[in-house]
Amino acid sequence: MAKRIDVSGLNAYYGSFLAIEDISMAVEPHSVTAFIGPSGCGKSTFLRTLNRMHEVTPGGRVEGKVMLDDENLYGAGIDPVAVRREVGMVFQRPNPFPTMSVYDNVAAGLRLNGSHRKAALDDIVEKSLRGANLWNEVKDRLNKPGSGLSGGQQQRLCIARAIAVEPDVLLMDEPCSALDPISTLAIEDLIGELKERFTIVIVTHNMQQAARVSDRTAFFNLAAVGRPGKLIEIDDTERIFSNPSVQATEDYISGRFG
Amino acid sequence: MSHASLTPRRSSLRGATLPKWFPWAVAAASVALGLAVSAAAGLQSSIQWALIAAVCFVGGNYGVSARVEGRRQAKDRVATSLVWVAFLLAVIPLASLIWETLKRGVKVLDGYFLSHSMGVVSDTEPGGGIYHALIGTLEQVGLATLFSVPVGVLTAIYLVEYGRGRLAKAVTFFVDVMTGIPSIVAGLFILSLWVLILDMGPSGIAGSFALSILMIPVVVRSTEEMLKLVPNELREASLALGVPKWRTILKVVLPTSLGGITTGVMLAIARITGETAPVLLLVWGTNFINTNPLSGPQASLPMYIYLQYANSGGEGAAYDRAWAAALTLIAFIMILNLAARAIARWKAPR
Repeated sequence: MAKRIDVSGLNAYYGSFLAIEDISMAVEPHSVTAFIGPSGCGKSTFLRTLNRMHEVTPGGRVEGKVMLDDENLYGAGIDPVAVRREVGMVFQRPNPFPTMSVYDNVAAGLRLNGSHRKAALDDIVEKSLRGANLWNEVKDRLNKPGSGLSGGQQQRLCIARAIAVEPDVLLMDEPCSALDPISTLAIEDLIGELKERFTIVIVTHNMQQAARVSDRTAFFNLAAVGRPGKLIEIDDTERIFSNPSVQATEDYISGRFG
Repeated sequence: MSHASLTPRRSSLRGATLPKWFPWAVAAASVALGLAVSAAAGLQSSIQWALIAAVCFVGGNYGVSARVEGRRQAKDRVATSLVWVAFLLAVIPLASLIWETLKRGVKVLDGYFLSHSMGVVSDTEPGGGIYHALIGTLEQVGLATLFSVPVGVLTAIYLVEYGRGRLAKAVTFFVDVMTGIPSIVAGLFILSLWVLILDMGPSGIAGSFALSILMIPVVVRSTEEMLKLVPNELREASLALGVPKWRTILKVVLPTSLGGITTGVMLAIARITGETAPVLLLVWGTNFINTNPLSGPQASLPMYIYLQYANSGGEGAAYDRAWAAALTLIAFIMILNLAARAIARWKAPR
């Protein structure tokens, strides 16, 4: 069940430092939205505010509204743990749990959230691994340690782990930056399939990747180091890469920057 | 390969090197020289010839290497030989201690020794054993571990996972202070609290309280370091799956660091097993078997060693028993350490 995200007037802080300022945007269900922009402009910080992972960082705090369909994630009485079950996340570096097997890694989200029957769990693990295009590669070594897989396989394992809990939204923080081109291609294909089931938001430094996988693209920038990052514009990917409405976007995309 | 047959030209990248056996030759020559000089000068102590040999070893390595290989390699060889000398300095006392204990300890160490107490044996008589002391040590150390590990591990979890600000700083400070408490002071503290204020008699459990005071800071420190080694990405991965923080700690953080925590606990156990002072104050010691740690004096291995030696006058049956008990104590701690390593290897993230 993909859901719509509607952000309005969002500020995020690290202690007293304002990292991103006044961001408003909408993310449509069943779409892939890419965040691009120079390093340090707050893309990842913004992504982490969408499942309340920002406040895990000591000193992290958020002002503003993030609506998931019709519920404000920062409203009173909202449980961040419940939010993270509905908004899953894949990180920059593959991070399978080192003490767990491939199977246990995928089942981790369900197991750690309560007990599940073995047969049902088997089904979910297989479905998730198939969903992450990893089943054929690991079906014979489900009980081997997850950290024994290659980097690209580990990242797909992390995607399988994230989708096993059936979230509504999947956030990906530069999921391919540590991978070789072939693994990157595998994950990009996967993103195309996953958007049938989830709303996907992806941060990337690779503009070709943003152009290949996303429907909408948001460009972030910051005025200077130490200044807060801002959303410059968000539009259909095709338009951003062919005819952006802001000069800074065009400069960044064409490499005429700084 | 036509140029393989050419005579090697003088290259700026290749310098003269001494053969691999060179340091060994220098070592042998130094030892020989040290022995010769001592014999000639009539020196008695083996420390003297060893010192001469060590100086010759370092100097010889430098002198020859500086002439043949150049100054940079010579410095490298000096550093290497100093490391070797330091290593030998550290290992010799250890090896000699183990050798001496083995040599003197095996005389009376057998099944009888391990399974009998000193109940009806006087100090000068042969026979008797350490059964009562083994029981006492196992119970006191076991209880102390039971008290300290939960407190220590939970404190470390608080410090690493939750602690922010003043309270955490204060806890860290007091753990540091506790690490420095002399064992006799821990013993006196429990003595004043348990025996003098609460009016309880000597017992194994009073000793365990004092041992816990010594053990808790060690467990906290080592567990804290192990938890800090768990990458933050793993915690975030788990939190991002919608797993509550306490479950993340229980199911992801602790299993990942379990090997290290176990090693730390085993080392802490090894540290308190040899403590004598608090046991002397609080458990008193006895020659009889007392399996109840809650009441009455108990024996323990370190105190057994002390009492047997003190009553032996440096020879006879009690003297042999002291060494045999020392050997048992070393073996016990070594077995614990080996077990810790085995667990660490078995549980290590692959």
